[in-house]
Amino acid sequence: MNQSISRGDCEPLKTYVTDALAEARRLGASGAEANVSVGQGLSVNVRLGEVETVEHTRDQGLAVTVFFGQRSGSASTSDLSPSALRDCVRAAASIARYTAADDCAGLADPTELATEFPDLDLYHPWNPGVERSIEMARECEAAARATDARITNSEGASLNTHEHLEVYGNSHGFLGSAAMTRHSMSCAVIGQDDSGMQREYWYSVARDPANLEPAAAIGRQAARRTVGRLGARKLSTRKTPVIFEAPVASSLLSHFVGAIRGTSLYRRASFLLDHLGKPVFAPHVRIHEQPFLPKGLGSSTFDGDGVAPRERDLVRGGILEGYVLDVYAARKLGLKTTGNAGGVHNLMIDPGPDGLTALLRQMHTGLLVTDLIGFGINNVTGDYSRGAAGFWVENGEIGDPVEEITIAGNLRDMYRGIVAVGNDTDTRGNIRSGSILIDHMTLAGD
Amino acid sequence: MSQALDTARQTLLAPAGLGDRDLEALFGQLLAHRLDYADLYFQYSRHESWSLEEGQVKSGSYSVDQGVGVRAVSGEKTGFAYSDVILLPALTDAAMAARAIARHGASATAAVRWRPGPVLALYAPLDPLASLEDAAKVRLLEQVEAEARAADPRVTQVMASLSGVQDVMLVARSDGILAADVRPLVRLNVTVIVEANGRRETASHGGGGRVSYQQFLQNHSAREYAQAAVRQALVNLEADEAPAGTMKVVLGPGWPGILLHEAIGHGLEGDFNRKGTSAFSGRIGERVAARGVTVVDDGTLADRRGSLNVDDEGTPTQCTVLIEDGILKGYMQDTHNARLMGVAPTGNGRRESYAHLPLPRMTNTYMLPGRHDPQEIIASVDRGLYAVNFGGGQVDITNGKFVFSASEAYLIENGQVTRPVKGATLIGNGPDVLTRVSRVGNDLALDSGVGTCGKDGQSVPVGVGQPTLLIDGLTVGGTQQG
Repeated sequence: MNQSISRGDCEPLKTYVTDALAEARRLGASGAEANVSVGQGLSVNVRLGEVETVEHTRDQGLAVTVFFGQRSGSASTSDLSPSALRDCVRAAASIARYTAADDCAGLADPTELATEFPDLDLYHPWNPGVERSIEMARECEAAARATDARITNSEGASLNTHEHLEVYGNSHGFLGSAAMTRHSMSCAVIGQDDSGMQREYWYSVARDPANLEPAAAIGRQAARRTVGRLGARKLSTRKTPVIFEAPVASSLLSHFVGAIRGTSLYRRASFLLDHLGKPVFAPHVRIHEQPFLPKGLGSSTFDGDGVAPRERDLVRGGILEGYVLDVYAARKLGLKTTGNAGGVHNLMIDPGPDGLTALLRQMHTGLLVTDLIGFGINNVTGDYSRGAAGFWVENGEIGDPVEEITIAGNLRDMYRGIVAVGNDTDTRGNIRSGSILIDHMTLAGD
Repeated sequence: MSQALDTARQTLLAPAGLGDRDLEALFGQLLAHRLDYADLYFQYSRHESWSLEEGQVKSGSYSVDQGVGVRAVSGEKTGFAYSDVILLPALTDAAMAARAIARHGASATAAVRWRPGPVLALYAPLDPLASLEDAAKVRLLEQVEAEARAADPRVTQVMASLSGVQDVMLVARSDGILAADVRPLVRLNVTVIVEANGRRETASHGGGGRVSYQQFLQNHSAREYAQAAVRQALVNLEADEAPAGTMKVVLGPGWPGILLHEAIGHGLEGDFNRKGTSAFSGRIGERVAARGVTVVDDGTLADRRGSLNVDDEGTPTQCTVLIEDGILKGYMQDTHNARLMGVAPTGNGRRESYAHLPLPRMTNTYMLPGRHDPQEIIASVDRGLYAVNFGGGQVDITNGKFVFSASEAYLIENGQVTRPVKGATLIGNGPDVLTRVSRVGNDLALDSGVGTCGKDGQSVPVGVGQPTLLIDGLTVGGTQQG
């Protein structure tokens, strides 16, 4: 059957979870957990003023993990009919016959489960309809194309609206639910001059449509960023200070999270092994997690284990104060879960007093990175090497656009080499950062 | 009538009591609006994975994903809706939502008469999940662990995973074509961590294809993959800082063909070229590579990860010449972009699932062999980089800049491969990098079956390959200047 969403009401979903848990119990499982989610949305894309795609999305699924003592098995299904649900739990139980007993396997300790569920203001359904969505996307793209004569082509503008309901329950009697919405508008345009073509984009995303940037502002920003890249040149190879502009700076924190995740630590696959209580960042850096931020894109009252996340500092005074752990990894490490099954919740690096302009002056001469490509990060050694594009900065002023260069270093040095963090925090993601100035990296080019 | 079509009808349509008449009636409703084309894509997919760490298979998972996607096309407009449930009322809802892209009125095709489309037979319609007992799957992973541990005492961690998919698809098109495919896909992967003298390194190796798990047993894959991963990790344990700057680069055969996928493959996909947003737009017939360079996209290789008997729009795959002796010959097309550009589809219409729209995508992309001996190619280089293994890559379609990241590389000094250097990202410009190919080896190899390509948030399995290549200038993103 198709489960439809009605005013953010999770109650009808709870039955699927309790049915799955009951089936697990019937099969003799000593413990079980189940998660069910349904989502629906509309996505329209307009290109060169004409409708390109109208997509109606609608997803549902149930995932279950069963425990027979210390052995476990998992299964999932997109079919929520009673027979499919039974088959799904049986498949999980069948797998558990072959997996090895694992001392650390099992549900969260009952005392660790979340007990308070404050309203985090995450549910703001918005159904503008196809026609109105098309109008807004048109307005966004038209603003981009009107910004500069060098905008000659377009990949279009999109409006996406989405709502999502989720219920998690386990055999300790925990049953938690969450209803959330996520709406976004984006625009990508092509600029062209004698030097060739460039593409850039801009987007806005929010739980509440009232918090989206105006359509025309998104379009204009996409156009400005595109035109700014025209005429980009290569640079010669050199050592240089680097500013990661806010939209790309958050990637540095993602790599940090990757290194302090429980799985990376117990597998010894991290460049930050045994660094708890030790300096990892420059002394002025504070990084904290805010799980209960109203309307936050990473906000949640319970994690994937049913455990309450905590407001906490991961880094204070440059010192690593905590890891990112779920129940399983915590047991492997002999530590307590930090409520991070499924990841971090609104991680933020404290902004400094100044904006990007002041950071550019402080750097004086160096590279401003606005775009990164590739996956050249070694999580075991911290070695970093990625393709970059941006601007060469001289005397604190943004100069020529540059491209076809790489920037390289080691994340351990880069984190300790953070000279300043801007106050231009990009709040569009689960990880929030202002622009970050790093003392030096190796730029490879001609 | 193909066996795949029978299987697909049984799997996808029979449980819902759907017959040809029902599909015809659905198309009748779709085509009551002014559409150029419409299709239904039914899919039932079963996936399992088993993973080992710390010497034990501690977790396994199984998933079933099914649904139907309805697409309606009018000019450049596409309406799309899908359902996780394959039942007539849900299908009708989806069809109503999709057809709203166009106004009410007669379509070019009024009535649909079904006929089976041509389908290749590149792999067996088998069920990989059933090709080995569960206990034997566990033993295979335990054997990978044992082989890796036996390979060297510096191995401190072994992670291994085994996964299998059986994907049954059926596409029904408004031109009456009915096409189906039963697609097996398996993969075995191993990652090791080695430690010595306070240094740690990691490496991975793996492989697979549209075969059964038996292939891993017959080919002694557990040993081969484990030893390859350990060897590479140990090389990196000794690696110096990688050089920074533009230099001669020799790429090894096989997986380094990711160069072609990023540098030219994406830029030659039909959608970007129809829209004029690719650095290759409008350049058919022009020289984009050195003489002797021929690159194809070939979905017809038996048992390969990137191969398909029929693409996700019901077009049989083919071997498409992209670059011939250095001249740009053609683009890769799905039906939508081919129609709008007035050319034939090339069997490159692919989608991650019923819940995604088809896009022009690569299959197996590789360069044909040349005449040079690989040793002679290395010997021709005074100073440069020899890169033999890679991680992922990425490209900016519009300005043509692409990267791919080496995970195993060595310095070439005076014609000799000398010291290993750390992984580094290589960056270049797609439309001209192949013009700097000065030697093409005679040792064409395809990758072992591990590639996954992402585009517009959709992942599909792909293959790459090439012989040893010398590129006269490519920027190497290390840290060591001079």
